[in-house]
This record gives sequence, structure tokens and C-alpha cells, in this order.
Amino acid sequence: MLSRVANCLYWMSRYIERAENVARIVDVNLQLLLDLRNLDDERLAEHWMPIVQSTGDEEAFLKLHKKATGQAVTEFLVFQPDNANSIVSSICQARENARMVRDQISIEFWEELNRAYLFVRSPEARKVWRQSPSEFFQQIKSASLHLLGIGYATILRNEGWWFSQVGKYLERADKTSRILDVRYQDLPERGAPESISQTESLGWSAILRSCSAWDAFKSIRGAEVHPRFVAEFLLFNEDFPRSARFCVSELNTALRHISGVASGRFCNEAEKLAGRLEAELQFSTVEEIFEQGLHNYLDQFQRKLNAIGEAAFNAYIFQDFDAESGELLIQQEEQQQQQA
Amino acid sequence: MLREYKRDNFFDEMLDESGQVRPHYQRFCSLFESLGSDEFAEKRHSIDMAFLRQGITFNVYGDSQGAERIFPFDLVPRVIPAKEWELLERGLIQRITALNLFLRDVYHEQKIVKDGVIPAFYILSGKHFRREFVGFNVPKDIYIHVCGTDLIRGSDGAYMVLEDNARCPSGVSYVLENRRAMKRSFPDMFERIGVRPVDQYPQELLKMLQYIAPADVPNPTIVLLTPGAYNSAYFEHTYLARQMGIEIVEGRDLVVTDSRVFMRTTKGLQPVHVIYRRIDDDFLDPTVFRRDSMLGVPGLVHAYRAGHVSLANSIGTGIADDKVMYYFVPRMIKYYLQQEPIIPNVPTYLASEEADRKYILENLASLVVKAANESGGYGMLMGPKAGAEEIEVFRQRIQADPRNYIAQPMICLSRHPTHVEGEAFEGRHIDLRPYIICGEKTTVAPGGLTRVALRPGSLVVNSSQGGGSKDTWVLYGDE
Repeated sequence: MLSRVANCLYWMSRYIERAENVARIVDVNLQLLLDLRNLDDERLAEHWMPIVQSTGDEEAFLKLHKKATGQAVTEFLVFQPDNANSIVSSICQARENARMVRDQISIEFWEELNRAYLFVRSPEARKVWRQSPSEFFQQIKSASLHLLGIGYATILRNEGWWFSQVGKYLERADKTSRILDVRYQDLPERGAPESISQTESLGWSAILRSCSAWDAFKSIRGAEVHPRFVAEFLLFNEDFPRSARFCVSELNTALRHISGVASGRFCNEAEKLAGRLEAELQFSTVEEIFEQGLHNYLDQFQRKLNAIGEAAFNAYIFQDFDAESGELLIQQEEQQQQQA
Repeated sequence: MLREYKRDNFFDEMLDESGQVRPHYQRFCSLFESLGSDEFAEKRHSIDMAFLRQGITFNVYGDSQGAERIFPFDLVPRVIPAKEWELLERGLIQRITALNLFLRDVYHEQKIVKDGVIPAFYILSGKHFRREFVGFNVPKDIYIHVCGTDLIRGSDGAYMVLEDNARCPSGVSYVLENRRAMKRSFPDMFERIGVRPVDQYPQELLKMLQYIAPADVPNPTIVLLTPGAYNSAYFEHTYLARQMGIEIVEGRDLVVTDSRVFMRTTKGLQPVHVIYRRIDDDFLDPTVFRRDSMLGVPGLVHAYRAGHVSLANSIGTGIADDKVMYYFVPRMIKYYLQQEPIIPNVPTYLASEEADRKYILENLASLVVKAANESGGYGMLMGPKAGAEEIEVFRQRIQADPRNYIAQPMICLSRHPTHVEGEAFEGRHIDLRPYIICGEKTTVAPGGLTRVALRPGSLVVNSSQGGGSKDTWVLYGDE
């Protein structure tokens, strides 16, 4: 498979997953605000800033907005074209990547992605957003979930498929860890709190709901929401499809499908790092994590994911395809005469 | 719905001089009659939505924010009876055969020049004549593998060739997609009328590409080379690659080592043997042609010369669709094939011939002037529709560079009933671009792309300038 094509498939699913996760984060937090009282600007900023941080775009945000008001944050995360990770930008980029690999995906998959693209760029999207943000997020999530289902049901399980899985699970693992990190200011630097207030408890429930984990969590853990249980569930649960462990395990599987190397062995840096991270998630306890501090741990976890992504790039893609495409390239592509 | 349609004073594809429906449109008309205008509007809307949903769009230049438009599609098909098509097919095959013989000749012995049929000056001054390739043998002696010849009909209904697009003709994906859309919307019509299918085109194209592969390669790897996702025809490139089951590559996916071409894959470098390229000669290889090209592959020409990779179309075919060379095509047919041209040219004046130039300059207001190496409706003067200023501009251009201009009388293209605002049908001017593939055999896909000038009275059918398209039905019979 062409390296560029593998690269496009990887980014296509990464961006779809990203759009979905940003929608999850903003949605749950908007709802959370409804439960809070006495909101002044400061409280609002306290609430929203961690969310901008969770997508890793604090710097870009501060360049565009002075204050982290609800409106500024949601605009930034949902529509802002200057934010490469906003929902709209993510869907546009997913679609742009898909356009370059039309031959690798099914018609159904393409049409659904194209539909989502046409929707987010239409005036209709703003209208839905104004009338009910929650309905808007529902549409984004459902587009992403549809794509997931269509992909499972219609796309050939070839090398390209596994590259798209690598992108998807790297992104999902990263975003789950960032969502889990949203309330880190409520936590002591090291160790877990003995008990938490009702407001805090609402915050941790919101985290679970952000990950569609509320029902799954309750069925296993009961209704008591404590940071320790939440972290344990979202990091180590073996069977929940958005937990860190689950994602890294799928990521590892995908990498091994690409190379054909059995688990327990490795033939490149990406496989080595992914195997190691999976083992770590399998053989750690939540107590150990809180001992070193959850925020600290998650920070390192994200770094490890980045390293796996980089290593996979070096193993299969070799060449940075984006860096080259300057204005001149686009200009020449456009000007190239097609006798029409 | 077509009952109110009027032919006015034009050659009309559907109605004859007395206003009667021509025999080959009769079955269509009677089936179309039974369609209510609501139903028609619904079908029209659903086809447009389907095109948009499927991303069957072209990019609008100068808007990298990605303004994409669907190529407007008119649901009233153009119908061609079997006998008429048979003549066109023969004429097109005759023409491309002569053009390929001409290219083989100008890049070798240049007998046609030595015998005084075409002045050497015109060839040597051709912008797309690649003197580096004189004496070079292209695989199987085929230069033009894919040709999209534009045909028009004037006020007497006779077909004429308007131009030969022998470099990278585009639009064939619309032929295939238009047909799919029509079949979905009017399945029963196809059953009852008897329309020849077009969907074998990608297979024919693939067969040709396999045929021209370097001789010593048993299972050649074939790729389509695109300028990239920002090109107006990118949809077509992915479409054709997908239909043929070959990789679509960009220049940066390819490398040349040891005068062999490879593509960069996740498993390392893999050899490439045939390239269906959709970029111009100028951009193919920055070490040979334009140095600033970012679309090409350094060393590609070297690999091509070494015979390790085949290109379709070959390098240097542009001289054949130089509009000055067009003037000589009927002579080529006589010279190489000893035949009379089956489809004539439009009468043409060469600005560098003194008598012609005098005529052109005196009659600018009634002529169409074209630059020799432009396409897509650019670089053109439509005398009868132009203002005095524009005419003056062209007068100066022609005097400054006569080699680069030709002129033709304004042809009043035939008209075809076309849907217009308000659920009505009016005559709009059309042309026809059939697609010819030249491999082991030469084949013409039945029909081709009928382009229609949607603006009332307009004679410009190009998609960049308000043109749309129609499905083209070649019948199994004559009615």
C-alpha cells in the first residue's frame, strides 16, 4: 500500500474519532453547567479552561479569545476554522483525507462522511446548534458512530483498514485520558481524596458520561462515583471499548496485523512501545497511579501514545507528506490543465 | 411536457424542419410524455442530491476553501441513431489513426514535411513539439492512447470536428456517472428504447494500459498519476483508478532509481511499469521540463527513455492538438491513409498565412479567433459577441504573434431541448465529446459527453463557463 495512502487512512479515522470526542466533551460540560449554581465569570473560566486544555489547544485558544466564557470555548471547539481540532475542522480534514483515498473505502462510508461534511458546513448546522446544542452533538456523535458501523460492515480488512484502526485507537485512548484529566484540579497532587462533595461527584459523573461509560460503570461499580473508581474504570477496564486498556490492546492488534508479527514479539519501535504500554495497563493498579498522581500519570500516558504514533510513522510512512504541500503545490495542482 | 417545445430557427436534434419529432426521438418522447412535471422535478432534485452526496463535483479554482460544485446535469438525453453513430465511429477512428501516424512521422523521418504537405515551420514552432523525443520509439508506436475529440453540428446538421484533445482529455467519468443516474431514475426507458451501454470504458482503458506495458514484464503494475486533490478533475482520477482497480499516485509517491520507477509503499519501494498520467508534459519531470514542477517525478523521463516505464499518453502529443496542426488533419488523413476525411473540419484560417491573415483581420467581428494552444474555452474571441475593445486586443495579439492564432466562422451549434427554470424546456446549444481509446484495437465508447451551454443563446459549453452535460444515448437501432 502507498505510504501516503496509509497516512491518509490513519488521519481520516483519527479526525473522525476526534470530532466525536470533542462533541462528547463539550456536550457533557454544557449539561453539567445546568446543575451548578452561582456562576460568575471566574467560575465559568474555571469550568471551561480545563476543557480547552483537554483538547491540547490552550495556546491556540488564548490567541483567539481573551476569556474562557462558555460561548468562546464552544465556538472555539465546535466551529472555529482556525482551530485545526475543532469539530468542523476535524470533519473537513477527515473528509479531505478520505477524498484522497476514495478507492480504499466503501461508497457507503464515503457518502456518510460526505454527508457529515456537507452538514457541518451548511447554515443548517448553525441553526441546529442555536436551537439545541445537545441535538447538534447528537448528530456529530451519530455520524461518527454510523461511520464506525459502516466501516465494520463494508470495508475490506486489508492493510489500509489496520492503519485506520491505529489512528482511531490512538486518538480514542488519548481523548479518554484527556477527558479523565479534566477534573485534576479537584485532586491532591498525590494520592486519592477520601471523600468528595456532591458537586465534585457531578463532575466525575460527567466524565463518565463524556465517554458513554455511565451505564457500563454503574452495572459494574454501582452508583457510587469516586475518582478512584472512575479512573480505574476508564484506564483499566478490559471490556469497555473506550477504556485506555481496551484501546491500547486494539492498537497493538492493529499494528501486528500490519506487520504480521505475533504478539509477544516485535519488529519495530511502534510494536515494542505499544506492547510495553499494554502490559503496563494490564499489570498496574489504580492505587499505584494515584500514588504518583493521576494528572502526572495521564501526562506520561499521552506522551507514550505520541511516541507510538511517531514510531509507526517512521516504520511505514517515512516521509512527511504535509510539510511539502505549500501554496505552490496547490497552485500547480489547480492549474494543471485538464482538457475540459 | 415537451409539447410546447419550439425549435425556432436552429438545427434541432429532436425536431425536424417541419417541427416533427425525428424518428430516433419518438420512443423517448412518448415515454417522457407520460411523466408528470412534479415527478420530473422530483427526479431532477434527487439526481442533484445524489451527485452532491457522492461528491461528484468539480473544484472551483481560486477557492481553496473547497467550493465544490456539481457539474449541472440536464435530464433530457441526447439521442443518436445507430447509423449516424456508425459513421461517427468510423470517422473518429480514421482521425486518431492518422494523428498517430503523423506523430510517429514527425518524431522520426518527417516525411510529411519533406513531401511538402505541412510546412516545417509550423511543426518546429509548435509549443508542444518535443524535439528531445525525435528518434525515440514509443511502445507499440502509439502516441495518443486516449483522445477526446470535440464534435459539433452546424445549422445544416452536418457533424464537424472542432478540436482534437490529445493530451489529457477529461470528462469521461461524467459519462459513466450520468448514465448511472439516468438508469436509476428512468429504468423502464432503457429497457424499452434500447440504449447501448457505456460502462465497459474502464475495462477498455485498463486493457490498453496493459497492452502498452514494457515487453519483458509479465504482470505489469499500472498506476494513474494525478496532479493531486486540488485539481478540478480529481474526482475523475479517483473514479477511474477505482474502476480499474489500480493505484492512484501523486508525483511524490514515486521515485526513480536506476532508471526504474518505484512507488513508496508501507513495505518499501515497489516497481511501476505503466503510468496513465493526467498531468501535462511540462510538469512530468522537473529535471527535464519545468524545473519548478512539484507535481512530477525527477528522473521519470530517463526511465521512460530506457523503456522501463510506459506513459499514456506519450510525451509530445500536444503538437497534434495545436490548433494550427488541426488545420492540416484532413491532409494527414489523405497523406497517410489515402482516404477522404469522413468527418470534416470546421473551415479554418491560419493567421500566419498572409492571405488568411488579411481576411481574418478584416472580418474579426464575424469570426471566432482561437489561440493555438489553449483549451477549455480560454484565449478565445467570439467576434459577433465581442465589443470593439476586445476585438482590438485580439487584432494586436494576432499581428504580434500570428503563429499562435487561427480563426473560424462562427458556427451556430445545433440545439437540444433542455430543462430551464419554471419547469419548461427550451433549446440550448450542444456539442459532443466522444472518448477514443487506442490500444491493440481502437475503440470508441458509444456516445460520449454531450455538453450543453445552459445560458440562453450561449455557444460556450465548457463547465468552467456555465456549461452542463447530458446523457448521450446511442441506440441499437435507428428509431
